[in-house]
Amino acid sequence: MKLKLFRLNRTQTFIFLCLLPTILLVFGFTYYPIVKGIDVAFRNYSLFNLTDVRYIGLDNFKTVTSSAQFGTILKNTALWVSISLVLQFTIGFAVALIMRKSFRGRGVYQGFVFYSWALSGFLIGIIWRWLFNGQIGVINDLLLKLGLISERIGFLSDPKWAMFSVIVANVWYGVAFFAIMLLAALQSVPSELYEAAEIDGASSFGQLRHVTIPYIMPTIISTTALRVIWIFNFPDLIYGMTNGGPAGSTHILTTYMLDKIVFSGDYGQASAIGIICIGILVLFTTFYLFATRAGKAGDF
Amino acid sequence: MKKRYAKLGLAGKIVVLGIYLVFMVFPLYWMIITSLKPRNEIFTLPLQYWPKHFTLDNYVQIFKISKFHVYLGNSLFISLVAAAIVLVVTILSGYVLARFAFRGSGQLMMAFFVTQMIPLFIGFSTLYMMMSKMGLLNKQASLILMYTVGLVPFCTIMLRGFFQRIPASLEEAAMIDGCSRLGALYRVIVPIMMPGISATFIFAFVQNWNELFMAIMFIDRESSKTLPVAMNSFITKFDIDWGSMSAATVLSVVPTVVLFAICQRFIVEGLTQGAVKG
Repeated sequence: MKLKLFRLNRTQTFIFLCLLPTILLVFGFTYYPIVKGIDVAFRNYSLFNLTDVRYIGLDNFKTVTSSAQFGTILKNTALWVSISLVLQFTIGFAVALIMRKSFRGRGVYQGFVFYSWALSGFLIGIIWRWLFNGQIGVINDLLLKLGLISERIGFLSDPKWAMFSVIVANVWYGVAFFAIMLLAALQSVPSELYEAAEIDGASSFGQLRHVTIPYIMPTIISTTALRVIWIFNFPDLIYGMTNGGPAGSTHILTTYMLDKIVFSGDYGQASAIGIICIGILVLFTTFYLFATRAGKAGDF
Repeated sequence: MKKRYAKLGLAGKIVVLGIYLVFMVFPLYWMIITSLKPRNEIFTLPLQYWPKHFTLDNYVQIFKISKFHVYLGNSLFISLVAAAIVLVVTILSGYVLARFAFRGSGQLMMAFFVTQMIPLFIGFSTLYMMMSKMGLLNKQASLILMYTVGLVPFCTIMLRGFFQRIPASLEEAAMIDGCSRLGALYRVIVPIMMPGISATFIFAFVQNWNELFMAIMFIDRESSKTLPVAMNSFITKFDIDWGSMSAATVLSVVPTVVLFAICQRFIVEGLTQGAVKG
């Protein structure tokens, strides 16, 4: 009996020691700063005046939400997330469906189309900043050559076009994510299911609708949810491409937050925006899980 | 009839894959081509889709106007060291979470997932103070520490998935033969898991190599700057000189793209596991 207890303790010690570094790092350097950061949101906390960090209630939230830009920023965030997601998903799914059956050179092809995943959002922003250049940008040149436009467009200097341009770059970046994830999911669909559907005379569209999509639904739900959160929290590309400009027309919540830190040094306001972000994401996740569960329940 | 449809379908598929290929390859192609053009060809119309004269001037230029070799070295050093530490730490935690069910293990996994959802800037003010108190500001150690922190949750989740696929009977056999658990882990399991471990390492390396915002926060000294920080100062300080900018971009992008191309099969396998299994 004593021996058994001793053994159990050894295992427990092993578990504890193995997890200790991870727990210390995650809680000491992620959760602790975040909790402190939430406190900062209610203080007058500016880099330029750190002598007076008193509590100011909800003032930071009021300042942030009452700024003239805030409406545009919310609208941009919604556009940024929804359009990017829909296009990334649709193109990624189409590509994955076509690539499902093995063909010669598929590995090489994957190397050429999926590499965007290894790039940083910031560098992608820079690359597309150059492509979309208003005077000597290649996209303008191509559109002129194709006769689609008659004069060059200031994609990044015209507020009407700027948001569109950053979303195009984001779609370019994110298609690979969906293509990779959905391709893996598609390859896990048992071929007997297709054979059975074929015997039942299902068209290829019918197979897609009644076999493929239901089977990979869990992957679709989890990847889209992850992606929404991820795109929402992704200021890097916009930072590299327009830095929120021209005239704040491409700011989303997270680039606005970054702007408060890097340029105004106002950590209080930045944290307030962060809390708003967390609130939106919590609402989204709850609603999404609820809606997809409800949808699933309806199927059966 | 059916055959004709099949042919049409095949042609359609090839067209779609072709368009997607051009869409994905062209931006990088254009960056590389720009970096190899002489200045007058970059800035004059009509645009050349294939340079009339190839030159390495832009590459020579960035090493002349900045300490680019220092930035490259720093990025390489920090990324490698942090990725190595991440592996050591997460092999242990991923293994334990895959093999043992204990009170709080579910909550711990949840806590790891949640870190991926919170905008990291919220913690920046505190982290800055912590780094300053520990005397790490402007030192590479600050980034090595924070990059490790940033990757530990996700890599734990990733490695846990790999460990779950390896039957526990393997290390049990080794332990009957007299190995300690840790010994069995490192002598028996880790060698089998090499593909998964390499994928995790490369993933970690690429993330570190690309990280920008913490590096901007903590590093403001030339000798400690990483590549992204240097690129950031290129675009904020001067009017962008696209000749040297494109060369700098190509040099920052090439290592990760090559790594990805070589190991994409393992990386894809590693990254998709969690999501597909749900």
